[in-house]
Amino acid sequence: MSGKYLWRLGLIAALFAGGIYLLMPTYRLLTMSHEEQEKMGRQALFELKKRALNLGLDIQGGMYIVLSVDKSKVKDPEQLKDAADRVVEVIRNRVDQLGVFEPVIQKVGEDRVIVQLPGVVSKERARNIIGKTALLEFKLLADDKVFADFLKSVDDLLRKKEGFASDTGKAGPFTRLLIGYEGDVAVLEENWEKVDSILNLPDVKRLIPPGYQILWGRTIVTKDGKKLRKLFLVQKRTPLTGAHLVDARASLGQQQMAGQPVVHITFDRVGATIFARLTGENVGRRLAIVLDGVVQSAPRIQERIPTGNAQITGIPSLQEAQDLAAILRAGALPVPVKVEEERIVGPTLGADSIRRGMMALAVAFVLVVLFMIFYYRVAGVIAVLALLANLIFILDIMAMLNATLTMPGMAGLILTVGMAVDANVLIFERIREELRKGKTFRTALEVGYANATRTILDANITTLLTALVLMFLGVGPVRGFAVVLAIGIIVNLFTSIVMTRWIFGYLIEDRKWQAVPI
Amino acid sequence: MRIKWLENPNVDFMGKRRIAYVISALLVTVGLISLLLRLTPLGSFAGIKQTWSIDFTGGRLVQVYVQAPIDAVRSATLKMGIKAEIQNVGIANEYLIKYKENVEPDSLVKGLEKFLGKNVRLDRAEHVGPKVGAELREKALILTLVGLIVILFYIWLRFDILFGLGATIALFHDVIITWGIHSLFGFETDMTVIAALLTLIGYSINDSIVVADRVREYLGRFRLVDVSPRDLERIFNDAINSTLSRTIITSFTTFLVVFSLLLFGGPVLFNFAFILTIGVFVGTYSSIFVVSSLVLDWRLRGMKKRE
Repeated sequence: MSGKYLWRLGLIAALFAGGIYLLMPTYRLLTMSHEEQEKMGRQALFELKKRALNLGLDIQGGMYIVLSVDKSKVKDPEQLKDAADRVVEVIRNRVDQLGVFEPVIQKVGEDRVIVQLPGVVSKERARNIIGKTALLEFKLLADDKVFADFLKSVDDLLRKKEGFASDTGKAGPFTRLLIGYEGDVAVLEENWEKVDSILNLPDVKRLIPPGYQILWGRTIVTKDGKKLRKLFLVQKRTPLTGAHLVDARASLGQQQMAGQPVVHITFDRVGATIFARLTGENVGRRLAIVLDGVVQSAPRIQERIPTGNAQITGIPSLQEAQDLAAILRAGALPVPVKVEEERIVGPTLGADSIRRGMMALAVAFVLVVLFMIFYYRVAGVIAVLALLANLIFILDIMAMLNATLTMPGMAGLILTVGMAVDANVLIFERIREELRKGKTFRTALEVGYANATRTILDANITTLLTALVLMFLGVGPVRGFAVVLAIGIIVNLFTSIVMTRWIFGYLIEDRKWQAVPI
Repeated sequence: MRIKWLENPNVDFMGKRRIAYVISALLVTVGLISLLLRLTPLGSFAGIKQTWSIDFTGGRLVQVYVQAPIDAVRSATLKMGIKAEIQNVGIANEYLIKYKENVEPDSLVKGLEKFLGKNVRLDRAEHVGPKVGAELREKALILTLVGLIVILFYIWLRFDILFGLGATIALFHDVIITWGIHSLFGFETDMTVIAALLTLIGYSINDSIVVADRVREYLGRFRLVDVSPRDLERIFNDAINSTLSRTIITSFTTFLVVFSLLLFGGPVLFNFAFILTIGVFVGTYSSIFVVSSLVLDWRLRGMKKRE
């Protein structure tokens, strides 16, 4: 078997195979029960979800919350400035710690924030995220030696314990889960759950030096793409809180710090006094900045700061400096929020309605397939292949772009499928028209494709333009529709025009068919 | 398979365009009145039931625990005159009830207890703010208008201004009639209706362009100065007739899809499928009797002026 269309046929087969392979994680996730998901473990599930198609809140279920700044509780008008931005920052910090996948946290208008948490259905968990006002604390870090001794004592304890003794090598059973990062102790995301559960064992808790507590840092993504969290041992005592902080601004430093990102912080008079004493007594030690129980940064105290104006240095980038400043401001000017709207989209209903919808779509699809094959015979089979390819590729591209499939997105999918069928109907009817004029199949094929392609392009480009307008300016549901439609149309141009033409070419040129039954 | 009649149809579509104008005008009027009464304050003054869904109006959201199946809860709310949206929250016997009616959560609970004969525990009662709805509504409307202007310009560029205007008018025609009929029946306008209307716009513009493209192709065969008004009408008819087989097959397959969604898709997809089932017919009709008819009449008028 040889011929000039053979490699194109091979390419089509490869695209099909690749396309189906890319959808496997989505299929696995959809067919898995909740229990199976839990058994998989957090990290493996996270990896699977990353490769699978994201399902929107309306399909998957979860929580949808609208918050607004509670103006009645704000006395100082200064506090209203960029209040919503600070709310976003605080909530992102909390959601991040919960490990919700693909949360959406958006500022809407001047003083509203929308939070979407797919997969979260517990009211308590949501309340944890939104219910509290931010709490910013400054706590002293334990000496490196105290921390190191503690870590070693955990090792010693675990060696004696059942279940941990078996996997001891030279390295300690606990400390081998730890790595160093920027001079701090850190834990890779995949080990986080394990380390956290060890630290919560009652025996281990007893080893923590009195007056100290363990705190996690926020999740950091390193330059080589690894996710990790730092681990800190801090004093339980909170000598200073965000209540005394007046302002925090990020900038590039002056004089000896020229060009380095710094964060300037300003305390009020009481704060300045406490801060002066705190820094004076602890020069050389590190001070952790803790927001809602998560360590954001732990700069070292260089000298006594009497004025209440300090700067935090040693921050890797201006972006990080800005983030830190936003977090500090969030703690300095806590924004009271009220819940405008809080909806649980039941996963039961979600699963049920998606199953019914899917059933209906499947029935429709089978009917269309039967009709096309019945009406256009071999050409109909080719069109059906193009249709399948179209569907598979759209879902693939969405999974790769990390786009989210919502109910309106399904509407876009249906329109795309309709347009894909239409494209082939246009081509086939044109070919039949030419055949009726007495042309040979080969000529009819060429004329048919040439004429129909122009029509299809015009029709699809018009729709694509509309989709793009909706995509770039659109809000939630409209946007979901537009994204699918835009992807669908681009894919459609390839599958309906190019791919079907290749298959015809293969049958006519390589297999020497006189005509393809149409 | 071949359908003999479709191979060489010879229908005088353009000869019937006057009748079609009357039909269109009637349907658009009915649609507009229905939309005005159902979806604007005009109707609420007249005491007619408003059909914006809770997505747009806001309302109440109550979560209860009661040992009863979801269908029993639904019929109990109906007996109280509340058309509620009820979902199982994922825990057995825990239900989320959303409704627009002005009924206090406590009275709802009492009513449920009366009709179900069981204890009902109120777990949550919230207001869903209408303001988000208004913001969304405004933005969606502006977007649709921007989308229409983009369509108008592209068709102007690729065809001419007449086709652009014709297609844009047809889109308004389709949306008003379809949405109007939907609201006439008292069905609620929720987010899926908006998605369906957007889908309808996509379908209708596609259909209009296919016909317009063939008209352009046939017109290109003549020098326009030689064309008599009679010829022009024949060219339009020929173009519509040659694309008729495609028009019918595409409409039929699309109909298959949306009709099976209507039959088997369940209550969640009902609004979407309903709009599109009507929309397929209206969208196909408008490509012939709105776009082509209008462009033909505008051109004929242009010819008269030149004489």
